Amino acid sequence: MRLSAGLWRRLDHPWVLGVLGILIVLVVWQLIAASGSVDRLFLPSPAGVLAAGSAQAEAGILLADAIASIGRVLGGYALSMLVSLPLGIAMGSNRIICRLLEPLIGLIRYMPAPAFIPLLIIYFGLGELPKVLLIFIGTLFFNTLMIMDAVKFVPAELLESALTMGGRRLQILTRVVTPFIAPQVLDAYRINMAAAWNLVIVAELVAANEGLGKRISLAQRFLRTDEIFAYLIVIGLIGLAIDLIFRLVLRRTCRWAI
Amino acid sequence: MHLSLTAVCKTFGRGRAAKQVLDTISFEINSGEFVALVGSSGSGKSTVMRLIAGLDRPTSGTILMDGRPITGPGHDRGMVFQKYSLYPWMTAADNVAFGMTLQGLPAREVRERTGYFLEVVGLQDAAGRLPRELSGGMQQRVAIARALAADPKVMLLDEPFGALDLQIRESMQEFLYQLWNRTGLTALLITHDLEEALLMAQRVHIMAPHPGRIVRTVEAELDRGDLGALRVDRRFLEVREDLARCLRGLSQETVTPLPPV
Repeated sequence: MRLSAGLWRRLDHPWVLGVLGILIVLVVWQLIAASGSVDRLFLPSPAGVLAAGSAQAEAGILLADAIASIGRVLGGYALSMLVSLPLGIAMGSNRIICRLLEPLIGLIRYMPAPAFIPLLIIYFGLGELPKVLLIFIGTLFFNTLMIMDAVKFVPAELLESALTMGGRRLQILTRVVTPFIAPQVLDAYRINMAAAWNLVIVAELVAANEGLGKRISLAQRFLRTDEIFAYLIVIGLIGLAIDLIFRLVLRRTCRWAI
Repeated sequence: MHLSLTAVCKTFGRGRAAKQVLDTISFEINSGEFVALVGSSGSGKSTVMRLIAGLDRPTSGTILMDGRPITGPGHDRGMVFQKYSLYPWMTAADNVAFGMTLQGLPAREVRERTGYFLEVVGLQDAAGRLPRELSGGMQQRVAIARALAADPKVMLLDEPFGALDLQIRESMQEFLYQLWNRTGLTALLITHDLEEALLMAQRVHIMAPHPGRIVRTVEAELDRGDLGALRVDRRFLEVREDLARCLRGLSQETVTPLPPV
């Protein structure tokens, strides 16, 4: 009884259980693949996926694809973060701007971003610009609305204190509102980053010369499910890494809020 | 410094939803005075303070500061809120310095004055701590230092100790009274606590609710050499009981006593 309690306490740690969950899936996958009950073409073994992945890595293709995809995400998403911050703050702090834009953004937000791909290709061709723009418009409105909401919940006392100490409107926006919402802004950026990462893959599936999504659609053409699996795992790992980076930045820059 | 309110009325909402919260409020505060507004909730005493601070506009009537009408908030009217309004990402020292940096004071002066006002409230050792690392009483002392450092002509204190435990509240009352005594600041205190008002203020206005209006004004000339002794002084208790009876008479809410068992 005591032993099992001690064991449970040791297991009851976010990392331990998280790794255990992944291990369980890997073991089940290996068992099914080894049993031969599923065609290898549909379900490659973990070892097979690893081999396919490392072959791509050794050829330098994996790195080139990852760099291409990450570059597009960074470009489009940096633009989205840059525009959504002042836009969200303006909407959250000014009733007229909010009433003017909120219905419009509410409408555009429900238009699926991938549906813009055909238009973007007609306007800008098949280069980098339409992909970067897709990520930009696909994340801008989510970021903006989340930042707007954060601004609306800044306690009135914090704003009014600054006013009674001689603060002007612009000073209050930059020196009270912005630092107060910083943790929520970083969290919004982190959450919506997932959408940016999804969109780059979609854009590459449609039209691209290189990139992780492009490689997946090529692998499909040659029925290389092992490569598809390998690339899916890489996409997941890069996304996870970006998520952790955002968490780290939040913890480093907003110690007061944690 | 001279602050005067003349026939100030305030109505929130329009048409059928209109609700008058203040009815012809008139009073004055002169330089160096400590004045208190006492009333139950709904008496509009916080609204009076917001009008003076310039955070709201009166519906009618005039509020003059040194003869000029108040058109908006400014650092000549400092405010301390009931809820902790410190900036949670700033240290105590940065909070105290904030108003001065907003006003664009030179860095050296900001540093010197920050040190001075932290010392005034006895928190020089807490300069580098975040608000969440300070007790409720310490946070309100930082808030007072921050308001003072912004160089106000009058301090508006909106139930500054309302959220504190009773014992801490008593020591904060003595702290605030000593501060007023020492620095000669001008203060308007808003509270529902008669004892608190009578302990510190030379003039106490009693407000009645629905709509808020001043029904009685008391010049409280008491010996404030020892606040602890004053709390149990016979004359002090008489004045307090007299005003308490007045306040009870104004309250619309009546609590029916429990039937005897």
